[in-house]
Amino acid sequence: MSDQAIVEKLQAKFSSAVLNVVEHRGETTVTVEKEQIVEIATFLRDECGYNFLCDLCGVDYLGQSPRFMVVYNLYNIAAKQRLRVKVPVEEQDANVDTVSVVWGTANWHERECWDLMGISFNDHPDLRRILMPADWEGHPLRKDYPVQGPDREPYQGRLS
Amino acid sequence: MAVNSETMTINMGPQHPSTHGVLQLILDLDGETVVNATPHIGFLHRGTEKLSEHRTYHQIIPLTDRLDYLAPMSNNIGYVLAVEKLLGITDEIPERAKVIRVLLGELTRMKSHLVWLACHALDIGAMTVFIYCFREREHIMDIYEKVSGARMTSNYFRVGGLADDFPEGLEQEIRDFAESMPGHVAEYEGLLTGNKIWQKRTMGVGKISAEAAIDIGLTGPSLRASGVDWDLRRDNPYSGYEDYDFDVPVSDECDTWARYHCRLEEMRQASRIMIQALDKLKPGPVLADCPQVCLPPKEDVVNSIEGLIHHFKIVTEGFKPEPGEIYQGVENPKGELGYYLVSDGSPMPLRMKIRPPSFVNLQALPQMVEGKLLADVIAVIGTLDIVLGEIDR
Repeated sequence: MSDQAIVEKLQAKFSSAVLNVVEHRGETTVTVEKEQIVEIATFLRDECGYNFLCDLCGVDYLGQSPRFMVVYNLYNIAAKQRLRVKVPVEEQDANVDTVSVVWGTANWHERECWDLMGISFNDHPDLRRILMPADWEGHPLRKDYPVQGPDREPYQGRLS
Repeated sequence: MAVNSETMTINMGPQHPSTHGVLQLILDLDGETVVNATPHIGFLHRGTEKLSEHRTYHQIIPLTDRLDYLAPMSNNIGYVLAVEKLLGITDEIPERAKVIRVLLGELTRMKSHLVWLACHALDIGAMTVFIYCFREREHIMDIYEKVSGARMTSNYFRVGGLADDFPEGLEQEIRDFAESMPGHVAEYEGLLTGNKIWQKRTMGVGKISAEAAIDIGLTGPSLRASGVDWDLRRDNPYSGYEDYDFDVPVSDECDTWARYHCRLEEMRQASRIMIQALDKLKPGPVLADCPQVCLPPKEDVVNSIEGLIHHFKIVTEGFKPEPGEIYQGVENPKGELGYYLVSDGSPMPLRMKIRPPSFVNLQALPQMVEGKLLADVIAVIGTLDIVLGEIDR
């Protein structure tokens, strides 16, 4: 099934939840509403064959509204196809339902997303920090978090 | 801890020789049986993704060397392919550069698998293999040094092609090495395969079914040894892999023994691909003709003002891919390495997410060891072939 056909199938089933479809460099990105992500993920896995979650991450578009996107990079092992699904997340309401019930691998990816980006995942079985120390404050991958770390002067050594 | 408690909690790592770096495992033991295993990671976190948001696209290449430091060139290939896709210049890459990428990618696969076999065997108690594997690895390091000037952090690939062409005479040296490799693999097999202790320590240890492996996200040889026939080099070819003839080893046994055989076969196939690549290697340019992206030749920089300005502009300003996002996955020695790049039209990525194969593969560890013996934990860490540099990033 082509990407086009998958998107049409998705739109037919979840017409109101599909917000946007973009194609760039031959890759299809579907933006959907976060309220229905678990149903959509289950549908994509069971009906469309996207049985493998390659990657899950958050992106911070500071200054835009909604501020965050949670991105799911999916793969269909049988058809050798990729698809990207995104959900917009507001800063005041930075949480998404977990998809670790759909793809077990999402467990650690979601922990990482919580740790570094500060997006929490509802009903996650084990939402703890994963890369940063347990008592760390702040979420380093947010755009308003300084690259040199908190309470330090910016590094001046680079010429460029 | 009370003497009569039913389970005992012990710390394995982060300073433990068989955790392959700074992995900490909290193990709940009932006698010698593992009840719970909880991995703790992050001791080597260097903020690669955060740093990359403050570097131009060219400046990120050396950061990728330091992810899976046992396979630096493979990481570079994945990254430059991702940026080329983001720029839309995938078709502009010269043939010679593509062939050299495949050649060195496969050499790196051997290098990574050699370290895996050496350390895996050492952990389980077969010490001799270590010396044999590191002998060949040393040869690969010499080739690395001749190609890039560095033994470990090669930083050899560039967006648009390569940093430089091969030095003279190196092709023959690589060919001799590639041809000798199947013989060496037979040597390692001679030391291990018939060995009763090796068989007992690996057969039936660390089993994971195909469904569980897909659910938890295993990739690479660990997934193929569970019977899932998926290799990105063949299924979503990049850098011209569709023109090579090679087999993808798959096994249904799902255990450490199967993963051992899959990886050994991958080393033989790597040698086969390298010889085909050397046959394809014809003289030609190694950098694409994309002045917006690629640095000019050094002679132009030192001999002409236009060349100097061109060089200066690219080094100081970088290049600006049009806004958009892409995902590029490559078949690294340890599994699928993915780069998810988001551009907002500036010379630095808005977001670079690395999908490290070891990070996801390590997630399978608890379900592979729970209910098994403590000694099997060592075997499973070895067979998953993790490297903490890319887990922690």
